[in-house]
Amino acid sequence: MQIYRAHVLICGGTGCTSSGSENVKKEFEEQLKKHHLENEVQIVGTGCFGLCARGPVVVVYPEGAMYTMVRVEDVEEIVTEHLLKGRMVRRLLAGGQEAGDVTQSLDKVDFFKKQLRIALRNCGIINPEDIDEYIAFDGYKALTKVLTEMTPEQVIDTVKRSGLRGRGGAGFPTGLKWEFAARQQNETKYVCCNADEGDPGAFMDRSVLEGDPHSVIEAMIIAGYAIGAHQGFIYVRAEYPIAVKRLEIAIGQAKEYGLLGKNILGTGFAFDLELRLGAGAFVCGEETALMTSIEGHRGEPRPRPPFPAVKGLWGKPTILNNVETFANIPRIILNGAEWFAGIGTERSKGTKVFAMGGKINNTGLLEVPMGTTLREVIYDIGGGIPGGKKFKAAQTGGPSGGCIPASHIDTPIEYDTLVQLGSMMGSGGLIVMDEDTCMVDIARYFLDFTVDESCGKCPPCRIGTKRMLEILERITGGKGEEGDIEKLETLAKNIKASALCALGQSAPNPVLSTLRYFRDEYEAHVKEKRCPAGVCKAMMKYVINADSCKSCGICAKNCPVGAIEGEKKVPYRIDQDKCIKCGTCMEKCPFKAIFKNV
Amino acid sequence: MSVAGECCCGNVDTREQKLTEIIEKYKNTKGALIPVLHEAQELYGYLPLKVQKKISEGLDVPLAEIYGVVTFYTQFSLNAKGKYKIQVCLGTACYVKGSSKVLDKLREKLGINVGECTEDGLFSLDACRCVGACGLAPVMMINDDVYGRLTVDDVEGIIEKYRNK
Ligand SMILES: Cc1cc2nc3c(=O)[nH]c(=O)nc-3n(C[C@H](O)[C@H](O)[C@H](O)COP(=O)(O)O)c2cc1C
Ligand code: FES
Repeated sequence: MQIYRAHVLICGGTGCTSSGSENVKKEFEEQLKKHHLENEVQIVGTGCFGLCARGPVVVVYPEGAMYTMVRVEDVEEIVTEHLLKGRMVRRLLAGGQEAGDVTQSLDKVDFFKKQLRIALRNCGIINPEDIDEYIAFDGYKALTKVLTEMTPEQVIDTVKRSGLRGRGGAGFPTGLKWEFAARQQNETKYVCCNADEGDPGAFMDRSVLEGDPHSVIEAMIIAGYAIGAHQGFIYVRAEYPIAVKRLEIAIGQAKEYGLLGKNILGTGFAFDLELRLGAGAFVCGEETALMTSIEGHRGEPRPRPPFPAVKGLWGKPTILNNVETFANIPRIILNGAEWFAGIGTERSKGTKVFAMGGKINNTGLLEVPMGTTLREVIYDIGGGIPGGKKFKAAQTGGPSGGCIPASHIDTPIEYDTLVQLGSMMGSGGLIVMDEDTCMVDIARYFLDFTVDESCGKCPPCRIGTKRMLEILERITGGKGEEGDIEKLETLAKNIKASALCALGQSAPNPVLSTLRYFRDEYEAHVKEKRCPAGVCKAMMKYVINADSCKSCGICAKNCPVGAIEGEKKVPYRIDQDKCIKCGTCMEKCPFKAIFKNV
Repeated sequence: MSVAGECCCGNVDTREQKLTEIIEKYKNTKGALIPVLHEAQELYGYLPLKVQKKISEGLDVPLAEIYGVVTFYTQFSLNAKGKYKIQVCLGTACYVKGSSKVLDKLREKLGINVGECTEDGLFSLDACRCVGACGLAPVMMINDDVYGRLTVDDVEGIIEKYRNK
């Protein structure tokens, strides 16, 4: 085997690929050839490092130097300076100049300091398209242990004692779920993986699949052994082409190595795996709808009970777990239940991966022990809010969740505390909002989403959410009526109580939680016809400050609808009837003479 | 004879033959319908009625059920899309970062609404929910290319690039 003295890891996740990491990789290949280093330095395409906002990201080992926002033009410098002469290119290092003084700079970058990576352990470190790299990092060792040393009961017992709870939303104890399915007497059972990742604004499952697909495959085989299933399905969003491709490659390699198929590792245990592509329906993330969809139908949920563990896919006992839940399993088997249970809090064990986005400096992927506070996540890891703006709220749980306001920023993040605050853990989307975000508009946004995604099977969800949306549109449109807020509350209560599946039952949550913490904003919209954040177009206008206007005419030139008029030496004016409130004039004005009047 | 989008170039439409092969490949798979629809859409770009009929016969699934499935999932389309399919992300991360302004700009530039296609068949415009590149919000996709960290000012240049291709 060829031994290399240095490795250049280049992120090939979706974020960095969109930022141009493919071309950076090609340039590295050329430059290494040009400087005759191709036999000394190896290039590895990896999955996501998590720091997507600063992509393309390149890490050079053995030093562990992390370069961010690397452009094609920067590559030659990294090759000649760092790889040839051993001097790090400080201007490109994550964490700035001082990071260059320490050798293991990766750990010193603020973004990584407070993180603990279990589910993401291999993401950004191994080449996801090469099973040998996974194996070199203890891959399939847990499977070997399970198949050769443990009984199915012992496996379930370990998962139960670890305290692992589902990472897909509801937080149901994983070991218990497996136990229910294991108890069913049936020759045919199924293991399914929920890789539908429907929460708009979340991408952690995608990153695991793209960066470490084998960890999910290994865990699914273990689950199959534990409950007595021989067939698995991974239901993955069709919107994730890179993840689909990597999974296909991984399944192919696992088959080739005898890790999937008839006689796994010579133990006689058989397990096979198939991919199924979703087709863009949020409700298909719900477990019963997902199974109906795999069966080839409209993805409508069915009433529970019977629970899938009893009657699931094609009427057979089935377990369904989330991608991240599965990614934890191999480590729990190898390091033991006690190790895992020692991380996190009393009732939430282990770590949680969050996809942090919105108004935050370091957008990206992070994994922290349960119980880490929101403040640590937003300020220590996320680097705070851009532009010196004020933090207003964080949204978790997507369309089923709610907001955590600034007053609760020191709350530890765990399943139960989030529910108490009226939000939920959800799958891990964490959207940060600042003072410029209108909370009524956000509630309207999520309702618009659920109305769009409601499958239409049950009336409370189909009709009720639509009525709620109409009221919210009225309020944000400046036509709110006395009593609208109370109507929203009544509808919310009834929908929660009567909808068929969790999509409908949780659809009112974004409204209820914003009402709980930001009722004054609703009231300002309804009573004063005013949007305090200046977002709702119907209630604000752009105005030119006559004193600071220098009559340069740039605003008028850029206005797409010709709503601005003026002449030399006279301040310009906006015709409010023509104005479409796009905000272009305000952005373009060199003298900051245009402002929003709310 | 071609199934959809009659063409005058004189070449034989091989898609029908390919569709038959796709159906054959999945015929004995449990839950075959959705994978077949995916591949058929890949082949034709959309799922016209004639294609659905053929799948119905091939898989022995009632046409009504197929139509029900096609209209349920947003990925399946009954209408032809543009040569360049523009999808603007309206997922939460992108929405908070102002992707609806990007969408407005595209509407204005292309003169079409969401769900429509330009007359020359070059561009179609759709909104989608999260393409999983939230770190780069706001994001749009044109066919398989992802454009991140967009500003309203980027729109024109990007469109021109495709127009001149
Ligand atoms: C409307 C709706 C959408 C859901 N979307 C997802 C999803 O995208 N990914 C996911 O893992 N779980 C999703 N869930 C939760 C699943 O129903 C299920 O609880 C979960 O996949 C079980 O796995 P876990 O126990 O490992 O979390 C969704 C639930 C509902 C009601
Ligand atoms: S919200 Fe737009 S890519 Fe995720």
